[in-house]
Amino acid sequence: MAAKQRVVQKVEKVVVVAVTKFKKILVLKTRSLSMTLRLAVRLVASLLLSLAVSVTSIQAAVLDKDRVDVLYHSYEGGGMKIDGPSILLRKKATESVAVTAYYYLDSISSASVDVLSTASAYTEERNEGQLGIEYLRDKTLMSFNLRQSDEDDYFAQSFSVNVSQDTFGDLTNLSMGLSYGDNDIKRNGDDIFEEESQQYRLRAGINQILTRNLTASLNIEAIADDGYLNNPYRTVRYIDNSIPSGVGYQSEIYPQTRNSFATKLSASYYLPYRAALFLHYRYFSDSWEIKANDIEVGYRHPFGDTFELELKLRYYQQSAANFYSDLYPYKDAQNYLARDKELSDFDNMTIGIGITYSIPDSLSYGHSRSEASLQWDYIDFNYNNFRNPMDEGGVGNESLYGFSANVIRAFYSIYF
Amino acid sequence: MIKYTVKAAILLALINLTGCSSLSIKPWVKPYERQNLADPIMSASRHPIASMHVAHVLDGREAARGAEGGEGGGCGCN
Repeated sequence: MAAKQRVVQKVEKVVVVAVTKFKKILVLKTRSLSMTLRLAVRLVASLLLSLAVSVTSIQAAVLDKDRVDVLYHSYEGGGMKIDGPSILLRKKATESVAVTAYYYLDSISSASVDVLSTASAYTEERNEGQLGIEYLRDKTLMSFNLRQSDEDDYFAQSFSVNVSQDTFGDLTNLSMGLSYGDNDIKRNGDDIFEEESQQYRLRAGINQILTRNLTASLNIEAIADDGYLNNPYRTVRYIDNSIPSGVGYQSEIYPQTRNSFATKLSASYYLPYRAALFLHYRYFSDSWEIKANDIEVGYRHPFGDTFELELKLRYYQQSAANFYSDLYPYKDAQNYLARDKELSDFDNMTIGIGITYSIPDSLSYGHSRSEASLQWDYIDFNYNNFRNPMDEGGVGNESLYGFSANVIRAFYSIYF
Repeated sequence: MIKYTVKAAILLALINLTGCSSLSIKPWVKPYERQNLADPIMSASRHPIASMHVAHVLDGREAARGAEGGEGGGCGCN
């Protein structure tokens, strides 16, 4: 028992030290950001510290169960084929400490419209790893997460700290968190090219039990990017009557900063015949004048203790960045230039279906409870001011671009 | 500045300690009335590994980001 207490005290000390250090780093790193964001960083750092040192012991919460998930994922659409494995492990070290480990691989084969119009198809891999630790003290859950993603031309590292607290007779859960990420960007075939960017995230949330069948949550997040935010391979096109094709290409130029704010409202409702209904709405805006809305409805229906059906419908819509254009009137037409279809005016619709099968204990590994799941999403993208340059019709009069994608996830989960 | 941050932290810790006991509103859904909400089918994180993949797929294809309710941390893709 004394040893367990020592472990708990040690972990608590580590978390508090990590929070303090993170706060110091953020204070240093955010000098270039706006005054408002700096104040917000300090306020959240204070809140994190206050939650870390407070003791509210009435009825202790519990950590989630130990589990392993092994997944195969596949994305196919718009000339891109991405697939690979993923694994997520979660294990309690003590009743108050849990560790998580995550590995993810993207094996990419790309012949997308952007690539085909100005370059040639390519293949590449992206490896991602995450390590996390969770510490539960009474009703306060603290977590610290490290993440690394590695590609030939992109290396990203980030860490995040999150704290959540049950309060008001456990009817309310308050949460907040911070993240800092650092990215090194390279360009294949160009040894001199070397750029970097940083990302800062601040978030807060409240989850409220409203009735015995209904919960709702509100999450907000501010994100600030600083540095090289372009895609180093992409180009914009402009009218050039001096050449036979009538169209010239030049590199994209993005602003060096981007600040965004998102608000998400969610509700979960338990239906009288044992099924669950989910509703999500998010509003997003940023300093590039992109505004986006997405709404999602989900439905989960169990059939006995063996099968569970999931259905999903999601609609997303965004406006274009203020410096975006599909075709500029001439070279160097603006200070900032972008023809990235992700910054254009577009919408998409997702239809998703999933099935989970509970494997009988007698057939499960080590007689643990396990499940096999298969999920399929069909996404249809429609671009309103991005044209396919390879189409007929003449420069600027080609048909508007659109594509659909099939996303598949097959995974096996073991609870032990 | 550190002094003010520490003061704010102590103040917030005190507020946290006192909790909501001073408010007149009492929790209206009792612990024994929460069995429906505790049903695994109501869990938003029922399949965490699948949720992470969904977020990753959308992150690279849409400009909107943040407030997903998870930890976040960026896509790391270009």
